[in-house]
Amino acid sequence: MSGEEDGEAASAGEATDGAAVVAAVEAVADRFESERDHLTELDSAIGDADHGGNMARGWAAAAEAARDLDDPDPQAVCRTVGKTLMAEVGGASGPLFGGSFVFASAELDDGVTAESAVAFAETYLEKVEDRGDARVGDQTVVDALTPAVHTFKKSVETDDLPPLEALAKAVDAAERGVAFTVPIRARKGRASYLGWRSVGHQDPGATSALFILEELLATAADALDSEVPDVDATSPTIPDEAPEETAGDGDGDATPEDED
Amino acid sequence: MVGLVVVSHSERAAEGIAEVAAEMAGDTRIEPVGGDGRGGIGTVPDAIEAAIDDADDGDGVVVLVDLGSAVMNADVAVELSDAEAVIADAPVLEGAVNAAVAATDPSATLDSVREQAEAARGMEKL
Repeated sequence: MSGEEDGEAASAGEATDGAAVVAAVEAVADRFESERDHLTELDSAIGDADHGGNMARGWAAAAEAARDLDDPDPQAVCRTVGKTLMAEVGGASGPLFGGSFVFASAELDDGVTAESAVAFAETYLEKVEDRGDARVGDQTVVDALTPAVHTFKKSVETDDLPPLEALAKAVDAAERGVAFTVPIRARKGRASYLGWRSVGHQDPGATSALFILEELLATAADALDSEVPDVDATSPTIPDEAPEETAGDGDGDATPEDED
Repeated sequence: MVGLVVVSHSERAAEGIAEVAAEMAGDTRIEPVGGDGRGGIGTVPDAIEAAIDDADDGDGVVVLVDLGSAVMNADVAVELSDAEAVIADAPVLEGAVNAAVAATDPSATLDSVREQAEAARGMEKL
């Protein structure tokens, strides 16, 4: 992530940006390798237990493809990552995580600036929502992405925060979004077949989105030679749109079964 | 002529469905595509996009899909493809047969072929 305010200064640093994006992809790949079992455990509770393996395999391939690029500008890296994820990650995570990368990469024509990062994030979220027909409260990746993207946009455009701080706030928002998936009932994806039994479980897709954002933040801090900023977590970041129905109506089946 | 693409999680299922539909298809191009590219069950958007391009002769392509992520992957492929392509909301085999017949009509359009494919949703077998 480039910290420059104006486009000209940012484009001067494009080569570095590309390398930083490759570094971020490698960090994400390492993270998914180490979280493979954790994600599979989450997915075995409410899905088909393949999310950890799929993401680890997909991101390892994506990191390799990104390393192999001759001209790793940010747009080319994101497009390659998306294409590779679409080809390597099975199930809905391929088009949701990977396809959205491909389409959002169109926003990076002029490299990565705070503004293009906001546009990228918004397009990414829009693609995931439309493709999966999911909204906040459905216990999906959208529950992590929506607050993260809205928080990032507000931090950059309204609060005028430096990009690294904006990203740190987005990660914090995603973290709370992931926590938000635990008490609610799944209405999309395979977990939705479980009905109330999905209550009490953390969504694996939302968790994966958080991992990606956390590694992006760590890599951005590295690239800018800064510490990861502390964020003030007191302001609520879950968006206003309330889910149509709320969990916690006292259904007896809603006992969490997270213990191993 | 409107082309067809049959997408299934199983490459063999896609081929078999295309084979059944081809019986009724005359000169209609029907491209089967499926599998995860590693010999397993799944679908890959790039492969679907290539099939759409192969099936298109300029009049567009109707895409028949089986289940779940095949729909999402086909959706991504349609969006990426330069060809004019639409997904039919239809059972994959019955829809493919209906679409193949509809495509042989000299006045067939992308919409008419899709509509015929989707008419298969209401077919009763007993």
